[in-house]
Amino acid sequence: MMANISAMKERRVVVTGMGLVTPLGVGVDVTWQRLVEGRSGIRRISCFDPSDLPAQVAGEVPEGPTAEGGFTLSDWVPPKEQKKMDRFIHLGLAAAIQAVEDSGWTPETEEDRCATGVMIGSGIGGLQTIYDASLTVAEGRARRLSPFFIPSALINLVSGHVSIRYGFKGPNHSAVTACATGVHAIGDATRLIMLGDADVMVAGGAEAAVCPLGIAGFAAARALSTGFNETPERASRPWDRERDGFVMGEGSGIVVLEEYEHAKKRGAKIYGEIIGYGLSGDAHHITAPAEGHDGAFRAMKAALKSAGLTPDDIDYVNAHGTSTMADDLELDAVERLFGDAGRKLAMSSTKSAIGHLLGAAGSVEAMFSLLAIRDNVAPPTLNLDNPARESVIDRVALEAQRRDIKVALSNSFGFGGTNASLIVRGV
Amino acid sequence: MSEIADKVKKIVVEHLGVDESKVTPDASFIDDLGADSLDTVELVMAFEEAFSVEIPEDAAEKITTVKDAIDYIEKQKAA
Repeated sequence: MMANISAMKERRVVVTGMGLVTPLGVGVDVTWQRLVEGRSGIRRISCFDPSDLPAQVAGEVPEGPTAEGGFTLSDWVPPKEQKKMDRFIHLGLAAAIQAVEDSGWTPETEEDRCATGVMIGSGIGGLQTIYDASLTVAEGRARRLSPFFIPSALINLVSGHVSIRYGFKGPNHSAVTACATGVHAIGDATRLIMLGDADVMVAGGAEAAVCPLGIAGFAAARALSTGFNETPERASRPWDRERDGFVMGEGSGIVVLEEYEHAKKRGAKIYGEIIGYGLSGDAHHITAPAEGHDGAFRAMKAALKSAGLTPDDIDYVNAHGTSTMADDLELDAVERLFGDAGRKLAMSSTKSAIGHLLGAAGSVEAMFSLLAIRDNVAPPTLNLDNPARESVIDRVALEAQRRDIKVALSNSFGFGGTNASLIVRGV
Repeated sequence: MSEIADKVKKIVVEHLGVDESKVTPDASFIDDLGADSLDTVELVMAFEEAFSVEIPEDAAEKITTVKDAIDYIEKQKAA
């Protein structure tokens, strides 16, 4: 048993491929460039008429030619297959295909295929598909329900489709922890590689809940911004005095994780290493974090412990920062954990530009953290005009900052009181 | 070709995403046109919808080629 644990410690996990589909565009470079430029992907909702709803803005993935950073579904999913999948699977596949192709990993042997797994989750899954099917049943047409309804809506079907497309026969899994899904997927997939269950894992999250049921549901929970319907780009404003709820976004972020020696041996490009992962539960309330956000504090602390680091080693934090009242609770937790080390820290919320991608947020933001390290740039917190409260921590208001960033921490917290933190560094 | 045969062919092309020239009377949905078992379920539902007919489970199981579908629907329509 001891031998196994020490063997596990020797298996380091690096990121060798990335794929992004976000409200800022389709593709890693295009999204990152627009993010650093301070552009916003938040608009009035266009995929349905939101006039009946209190919240009318969201981050939708822009339609358009793939070459221009837009989304063209038929470039990713053949027309015949499209109707067998909800939109969250479409977006997940588009990101996964980018990531796998970026990594250059094409297992040739059965052994290699069996050592390559997938762990792509979603917070909600095929919500619009479930809505449409419910109408069919309610109209007394239950026998007309498509045989593809269930596999179209199931959360783990992104993992299923990716494995089928590429012949990846290793662990096939899916994380479902609301808005912490993306971090849990990457963290748990990292551990599967460390434990030797796989050498390569395709991991991340996908979400497409910008639909009447999704917006109405979160609006009913009083979670969404409603005061900026006429000025959508100003709606997502983490830590700002005028913030009034989160802005929903859709999209997907998928990485290829790989055991370090495996990646080195084949000469793969390496974006960075996953060096820390911490998890916690609030045991407090179904939607609200506890005072002082003790769960966030413990998740970050556990991540530092697993990385063997102290707060002083962290240069950048990509905050959960959803533009809700909970922003200041996360700030409390970061201040408490970092103490004086907070004075040299940069912490931003990229949800200010793309909205909250729910189950995809954590994986998208882990990628932003890796890109921050690659380019030594902290992406901005848009709309942070007047912080609700002051802090020694620099929250990168309004404009990106050039900074020396070697190690970054990314936070994600979900309904149910689930928290996860990931620590990454350059290699 | 009858109106029914034309319409059947069109539905098959649309649902299975295959080239029209491949949809011959003897073409088997699964062996020749790349359908899986769920595709055939959906195909039968599409026929029911388009022709306003009921195709019971046991009859549906016997519809494996384009001609099977055309014959069944023509018989129902004639009755």
